[in-house]
Amino acid sequence: MIERLGHTVEFPVQQTCCGQMHYNTGYHREAVPLVRRFVEMFRDAEAVCVPSASCVAMMREHYVMMAEAENDPAFLADVHSLLPRVFEFSELLVNRLGIEDVGATFPHSVTYHPSCHSLRMLHVGDAPVKLLRSVRGLNLLELPNKEQCCGFGGTFAVKNPDVSVAMLTEKDACVVQTGAEIVTALDNSCLMQIYGGLHRSGSKVRTMHLAEILESIEPTGGLA
Amino acid sequence: MTAREEILARVRSALHTAPSDPVAAHARLSHTYNRIGKLSREACLELFIDRLVDYDSEILQVTAESEIPQAIAKALQHADEHRALVAPVFPAACLPPGFEFKLDNALPTSEIEGVAAVVTTCEAAVAATGTIILVHDGAQGRRVITLMPDHHICLVHRDQVFELLPEAMTAIAGRTTKPITTISGPSATSDIEMTRIRGVHGPRRLTVILYG
Amino acid sequence: MSVIVGKTSQAPDFPIAAKSALKNDQLRRNVAHATNVIRNKRALRVEEMPDWEDLRQAGSDIKAHTLAHLDHYLEEFARNCELAGGKVHWARDADEANSIAINLIRHYGGTEPGLEVIKVKTMTSDEVQMNHALEAAGIKPIETDLADMIVQLGHDEPSHIVVPALHKNRVEIRDIFRKQMGLPELTEQPEDLTNAARHYLRDRFLRAKIGISGANFAIAATGSVGVVESEGNGRMCVTLPEVLITLIGIEKVLPTFADLEVILQTLPRSATGERMNPYNSIWTGVTPGDGPQAFHVILLDNGRTRLLEDEIERETLACIRCGACLNACPVYRETGGHAYGSIYSGPIGAILSPQLQSLEHSRSLPFASTLCGACYEVCPVKINIPEVLIHLRGRVVREDQKTLGGKLSAENIAMQTVATVFQDHRRYEAAQRLARIGQTIFKRDGQLTNLPGMAGGWTRSRDLRPIPKQSFRDWWKARDKNGEETREKKAEERA
Repeated sequence: MIERLGHTVEFPVQQTCCGQMHYNTGYHREAVPLVRRFVEMFRDAEAVCVPSASCVAMMREHYVMMAEAENDPAFLADVHSLLPRVFEFSELLVNRLGIEDVGATFPHSVTYHPSCHSLRMLHVGDAPVKLLRSVRGLNLLELPNKEQCCGFGGTFAVKNPDVSVAMLTEKDACVVQTGAEIVTALDNSCLMQIYGGLHRSGSKVRTMHLAEILESIEPTGGLA
Repeated sequence: MTAREEILARVRSALHTAPSDPVAAHARLSHTYNRIGKLSREACLELFIDRLVDYDSEILQVTAESEIPQAIAKALQHADEHRALVAPVFPAACLPPGFEFKLDNALPTSEIEGVAAVVTTCEAAVAATGTIILVHDGAQGRRVITLMPDHHICLVHRDQVFELLPEAMTAIAGRTTKPITTISGPSATSDIEMTRIRGVHGPRRLTVILYG
Repeated sequence: MSVIVGKTSQAPDFPIAAKSALKNDQLRRNVAHATNVIRNKRALRVEEMPDWEDLRQAGSDIKAHTLAHLDHYLEEFARNCELAGGKVHWARDADEANSIAINLIRHYGGTEPGLEVIKVKTMTSDEVQMNHALEAAGIKPIETDLADMIVQLGHDEPSHIVVPALHKNRVEIRDIFRKQMGLPELTEQPEDLTNAARHYLRDRFLRAKIGISGANFAIAATGSVGVVESEGNGRMCVTLPEVLITLIGIEKVLPTFADLEVILQTLPRSATGERMNPYNSIWTGVTPGDGPQAFHVILLDNGRTRLLEDEIERETLACIRCGACLNACPVYRETGGHAYGSIYSGPIGAILSPQLQSLEHSRSLPFASTLCGACYEVCPVKINIPEVLIHLRGRVVREDQKTLGGKLSAENIAMQTVATVFQDHRRYEAAQRLARIGQTIFKRDGQLTNLPGMAGGWTRSRDLRPIPKQSFRDWWKARDKNGEETREKKAEERA
């Protein structure tokens, strides 16, 4: 989709993880090499597109603090230099590239779950909604109580499975209530959680990352 | 080591910062929030009334001070109250005839209990929150007489109404040697299923007489 | 020193307590209803404030400044309070606070058993378990806040820091009152229940010689103390008795009277969604002829100084106990407060309870959050609760890793292994391939429905989409191999 807009995409296959899972679970020491690796890998990029709001939040909220704690001026300088070039997917399109209509066609009803990190840490605001509104054929349905967390929370989902599922049950009930065919978000992790509950309960609602919807140019939206 | 010394020592060892001047540092704190109201006098009073009504207070408006006794009588008659408490220095000229006004000359609680109403003045009021502020001195009465009766009638001069809380707080800042009570509507609770119920232990009715 | 925070030492871990709370449908309905109402009211009252963010910032600045000079302000407060006729006591921990209170009550009230003292809502006294200590000493504490009364008469624990009986509905409250007040005819109308409380307490207010209060703030510059409340029970308790004992956490001090103009704007809107709560009482020492003629303040540490050293942890002490984070929290919303095993529940409880006790208890609480950030967003003094939670998780993990059991725990081994795998993309890709093969034995109808170990927590109630045959990474590599050819073909298709 980004290539379709005339940009060059590189995917360094050496990349692995931004360190969020370790850091947020309390394994701070273990996260440092992952952060170093990430910074190293993307140091020279013109813009880094991250299709996961929580990873971007990890970078913006914690990388500087971690680099400071490492007492490594070169590392810290690299972090400071890289961060302004890191964009969450919808931020890159709407804020950096100034595009709302990416030429997509997706003739389906969609509801949008504003993931917590995109909403409250990145403050992406209505960027994803603007992108969805510009998709041909797409019927955007408002998700009730949309700002409430889906209950994923990284390792929370397995450390506190009962509460996580209780939260998910509320979220999925709201999703189903919209009558949408698709629920979308900026975070695959939330979508994995939402999918987990929907599928177990036998619901036919599908989960798709915003990028998957915007990628579609076929008249059917590419769905079987 | 006494508890005082030990706690202070713990604080000092935890802070481990170079001692600086707290007064100067406090003065440097920025206050970007609104400290001075922007409304006209008229709009400010309108807001005050609106907020009083919103929180279940009753309002009587008069213009001349000579109309105050009539307003007090009206407030009392409305509830069929014949006796009311007032502070000894409460201006007698403001009190209507036909009622028994009991002067609070350090009355014991037993004599206060059972009197249905109290009439006081106030120190200041806040329009934005519908609040009256008592500094318990003079005609504003002791705390106990404004608390036990079921109906509190409070005289508020229009000039005492500030738009914002910071303005009113500035106005009373020098008077902290006396007890202060801020009152916003009658006593209330929302402890049962978040349903707001008027009147628990404090006065169940608050009537504001706006004058001046 | 023995720091006590309610009953945290006996509390089960959060996931276990939460599991049983989740089975209580009535509780969940009550909590969801109450938090919804307060959330909506708060939102309404915050929206009408054009300078809300400025007020939050000012509140945060004032608190940070005060904590950075806490020794200075505590001494200033104590000096001014005593100049005005109060007496200040210092308590290192819960036991010391309780024995100071008991000695004062004995001094003024005599040693006759069953002596009644009236209390206005103070979370701090619940923290030090003062009622238990008083009862053990033969003193009868009477809670006068409606919700606290419900909790006390129902032999219950508070489940919310502002609305402690929020987990009970009107029928449950009626049943408690019927039994404890001897009112078999009482209806469940909130008006009737409130009226019953008024009558039950009226005499007790009038005859009590000694009152105990908490305080929402203490003003260093004037030596004043303040209580924020709604019902008038606070005014009764601080006005009618001859003797008043006020228990204050040392972090509650504010530099000047003017600083109140910030807190008194943010606290009521955040706590109950009111522009202003019905009553604020502010008093300074003893006023001849008005109110208690003996006034004692107990300044309580009970672990608070432990939070001062680290700047991230110190933020916790800025809390003004408004409870907005509880109402906003999606975890609290599901479980209610009791699952936290501490009188401080919800997000603030999850950071405060463990820290006060140096992580000896409540160790599972920092993990009882999805880090969704709703708490930080509503906090009127801008405590970055998610940040503190992550920091505390780090402390727990580091401590655990020092023990053999912690080193060998399934979680630690998994996290170490994954960290090693993530450090090299070849290992990462190999692991992906391995997982793709390994998962086949757990697949049912194309889904992962019954994974072993920690992942079992996931699949017990949720499905997991299997790792696809071709990952993005594989697809990218394959595409790169075909290079321009593929890209041209695609371009043609589109054209």
